[in-house]
Amino acid sequence: MSELNASFAALADPTRRAILARLALGEATVMELAKPFEMTQPAISQHLKVLEEAGLIVQRVDGTKRPRRLAKAGIEAMDQWLAMLRKALQKNYERLDEVLAAMEPNTKGKNR
Amino acid sequence: MNTMTKMTLKTEGDTHIVVTRHFAAPPEAVYRAHTDPKLIQKWLLGPEGWTMPVCINEARPGGKLRYEWTHPKQGSFHVTGEYVELKPYSKIVHVERMHLPDPTPDNHVETRFDPDGTGTLMTLRMTLPDPDTRAAMLATGMERGMEASYVRLESMI
Repeated sequence: MSELNASFAALADPTRRAILARLALGEATVMELAKPFEMTQPAISQHLKVLEEAGLIVQRVDGTKRPRRLAKAGIEAMDQWLAMLRKALQKNYERLDEVLAAMEPNTKGKNR
Repeated sequence: MNTMTKMTLKTEGDTHIVVTRHFAAPPEAVYRAHTDPKLIQKWLLGPEGWTMPVCINEARPGGKLRYEWTHPKQGSFHVTGEYVELKPYSKIVHVERMHLPDPTPDNHVETRFDPDGTGTLMTLRMTLPDPDTRAAMLATGMERGMEASYVRLESMI
């Protein structure tokens, strides 16, 4: 529907997020993007197509190469995603707070 | 969340990630919550909706760990690793990797538990093989909602 929804759909795949994370470091070719995952170039190209259609990345022509970089929407979507993630991660430690609160009496060995 | 329990996260150099967090429980308890599978399964879950049906944790030097997460819509994945050093109740050193299903490069993790008032200051220090790996792991570690993911994200924001 909206571009934001398309963005999040595109971000739902771990490989595509990894691609975005790599592009956050700077422009990269398909070959460079394929390397960390040992994926075939056609497989990577398919992911790039999804990201491109979601408006998250753009390509330019450089001779025979077509390096990709993050589009503005890609940077924003990633930031938003990361903020959501960070919140989810903090939740881990909030859960741990609860686990600790429940086990404390036994650990201290004083109350029971 | 009050300031006492606020998590901090920073990158160090090109390949390190350091996370700190205060807990209102003694180091022994926090250490146990990091090594007892039944306790780990209660909190190491990341975003809403994920559960950890399999949690193998042999908390001794050379011992293996295996965590499997699953989500009704987003599928499942797992982490494997080995313990390098354990010093009750102050320090854990282990190596881990994610399987997506291909394994990610090894992440070397040192977790310290120091007395902090009546509670504990946990300091988690990760070492990744190179900056690209740190970036590439960003996304792939996300669902896991574990410490490893923090930085990737911090370094991106």
